[in-house]
Amino acid sequence: MFPKGTKRKFSDSAEEPVSSSDQGPSAASSAAAVAARTLSSSYSLQRQSLLDMSLIKLQLCHMLVEPNLCRSVLIANTVRQIQEEMTQDGTWQIMTQALAAAQCPADRLVATEVLCRQTDAAAQAGQSPKPFSVVGLEEGYHAEEVVMEGDVETEVTMSTLSPVSPQMSSASYLAGPFGMGPCWEEEEEEGECEEDEDEDSEECVSEGEEADRDHLSADSRTGEQVFGTFEIKHPAPPPDPALEELFSDVDPSYYDLDTVLTGMQSAPKMGPYDLLESLSSHGPTTLSSSSSCRSDLNELDHIMEIIVGS
Amino acid sequence: MGEDAESPKINHTFLRDYVTEADVISTVEFNQTGDLLATGDKGGRVVIFQRETEVGFYTLDFKTVTLFYTQDIHNALHILCILKGCVSFTFCPGQSKGELEEVGETGDSGEYNVYSTFQSHEPDFDYLKSLEIEEKINKIRWLPQQNAAHFLLSTNDKTIKLWKVSERDKRPEGYNLKDEEGRLKDISTITSLQVPVLKPTDLMVEVRPRRVFSNGHTYHVNSISVNSDGETYLSADDLRINMWHLGITDRSFNIVDIKPANMEDLTEVITAAEFHPHHCHLFVYSSSKGTLRLCDMRASALCDKHTKLFEEPEDPGSRSFFSEIISSVSDVKFSHSGRYLLTRDYLTAKVWDLNMDKGPVETYQVHEYLRSKLCSLYENDCIFDKFECVWNSSDSVIMTGAYNSFFRMFDRETGRGVTLEAWRESSKPRAVLRTRRVYTGGKRRRGDVGVDSLDFTKKILHMAWHPSENIIAIAATNNLYIFQDRVNPDHTQ
Repeated sequence: MFPKGTKRKFSDSAEEPVSSSDQGPSAASSAAAVAARTLSSSYSLQRQSLLDMSLIKLQLCHMLVEPNLCRSVLIANTVRQIQEEMTQDGTWQIMTQALAAAQCPADRLVATEVLCRQTDAAAQAGQSPKPFSVVGLEEGYHAEEVVMEGDVETEVTMSTLSPVSPQMSSASYLAGPFGMGPCWEEEEEEGECEEDEDEDSEECVSEGEEADRDHLSADSRTGEQVFGTFEIKHPAPPPDPALEELFSDVDPSYYDLDTVLTGMQSAPKMGPYDLLESLSSHGPTTLSSSSSCRSDLNELDHIMEIIVGS
Repeated sequence: MGEDAESPKINHTFLRDYVTEADVISTVEFNQTGDLLATGDKGGRVVIFQRETEVGFYTLDFKTVTLFYTQDIHNALHILCILKGCVSFTFCPGQSKGELEEVGETGDSGEYNVYSTFQSHEPDFDYLKSLEIEEKINKIRWLPQQNAAHFLLSTNDKTIKLWKVSERDKRPEGYNLKDEEGRLKDISTITSLQVPVLKPTDLMVEVRPRRVFSNGHTYHVNSISVNSDGETYLSADDLRINMWHLGITDRSFNIVDIKPANMEDLTEVITAAEFHPHHCHLFVYSSSKGTLRLCDMRASALCDKHTKLFEEPEDPGSRSFFSEIISSVSDVKFSHSGRYLLTRDYLTAKVWDLNMDKGPVETYQVHEYLRSKLCSLYENDCIFDKFECVWNSSDSVIMTGAYNSFFRMFDRETGRGVTLEAWRESSKPRAVLRTRRVYTGGKRRRGDVGVDSLDFTKKILHMAWHPSENIIAIAATNNLYIFQDRVNPDHTQ
């Protein structure tokens, strides 16, 4: 443990010289090393929790009826800043490798979204890589996927937390848009699952001279998650034929960022049964949601059975 | 009022205190003479108060107060007129009305009474984007008065409206063809002609919408500002600023556009904008990165390139993950003289000289004790609260809000700051405000409030200062407090 009374500054505690005044001189060096590791690990833990909190806030941003663009931008900038720092620290790579080893069955995703308003997103995510869709439901979810896929580095952050039961309900994750505490367990699961799918399809991430570029793409992915881009520009994933066919019919101009940014807000108000109603409504919103929902409806029924059954 | 069974907007904890979300005051503004005070709330209503100009009312020994105390559950407006010096305070027991004598003309007792109430904006729905448009009034700005009627601009997230407020206290009587009730007379019964005369009636205040400026903004409008030329005004949303002519509703000029070609590159938004009080070609806008940009419309039609950039270099020693968030400017105001700018970011209020763009000339710590709590404030979203700031009439005192129903005034000449509270439990009618203190170490005095016992749900975000006198209006959730300085009614010291 580091000595008491050391004031840890949020930003520079990692660089603070470790004082080990309590230790004897013989043990000073080893104690200092230990303390240094402890100090920086607590700092990185704080940084981690801040990152998680920020990502959750961004998710909640998507679910709010009236998104506050200023708030979203500020949170996104904070996330970017943390990512930059983590990249500089080299912790990205470590976590990337750690996450790479993780395996995750897709059905975990389904379970986590059960009680969540974004019911179709999970199933969708579990089945095909992140097509960006008009439906805010998915967008809200994909936002997180993006962060995790876009640069595997981001996903990595989730795995630093100890794994939790895959059946963890996401009720707490999205039960209410207000006053939510971070729920790292869900994020971690999702991160792991995504990693599994995208490993092959992702561009090779990062190290060395490519670090900057990837880091930039990490930023752009973060930007995507916040501000939405409805271009289908995942790097090289095997395109989902059903979805491509779907999107080919849709006028891309509809996916103007303005529209998207504001348009996604309606989604959170839809409950699980509203999906069915949305299928019958008009507009490209329905198109995408229906295509993604159709495959998810079975999952949804399955989920509802479970809920009702329990 | 935008209430919706599925909407998460209504926080039920409010119901305990008999406050509905719709009654929360969202903007306060005096007109140019200070006789009228307008407030807008989240329910889209505007309430206008008028100052009584009757001479004499209650008196004094210059220490008494209150005139008006009303409690109405639906409007829930509590107005306490309290005597206060801006910098020094004395306590004085109240006096009953019977002991009061009439005041001469110097003691313009000026209580503010409700003059008119109207529904400015209705909840709306954008069908193309499937998005609700809140009816909350974001800003109200009065136009300079040109005739007997008053005009004000009110805006919600998307639409700006121009309202005409006029009085009618006479009506014509003695029509030839109509009788008293307005029914047509039988012509055969008319034997002689009469000239209709105007007879005084009860005062009626009519408020009518004169212009509706819609479809000008894709993002949420955060500021409107009337130009000194009396003909144009600007409206600013997160990414664009438009200039309108008061008479033309179907067109507006875009004068600032900071939307990036690729939204992924978006890192900065516009947070506030204002025209210069005297120069009709100058305006300033603030950003979420803590910068101010002064733009000259004579330089080019599109003022994306600023004329002057005001930015304070970052202090590397205090850098943290929250540095950017707390540097975001929530409000910017020109001084009455036009020489200075007042800005508010999360922890400080800064005064800038237009002639110097390297940094502020004065910095006032509003609640520095929160710096160590930034992480918790980030978690509960309080770090994103947007506080307003105001100048007094002589530009010698600045005022801004804080938490726990506290607001702070800073005397620019001495640099001293004082903390006051807008909370009815602790301010009895006719009592004088006493200063408050947040305990941050050292000797603890009676009445000090600890940092951890601050109520972060009671935030003073909106306020206004009378243009020529020491009268301030403070909005605290659904309550409006009006404070008067009887000791120095026209100047601070």
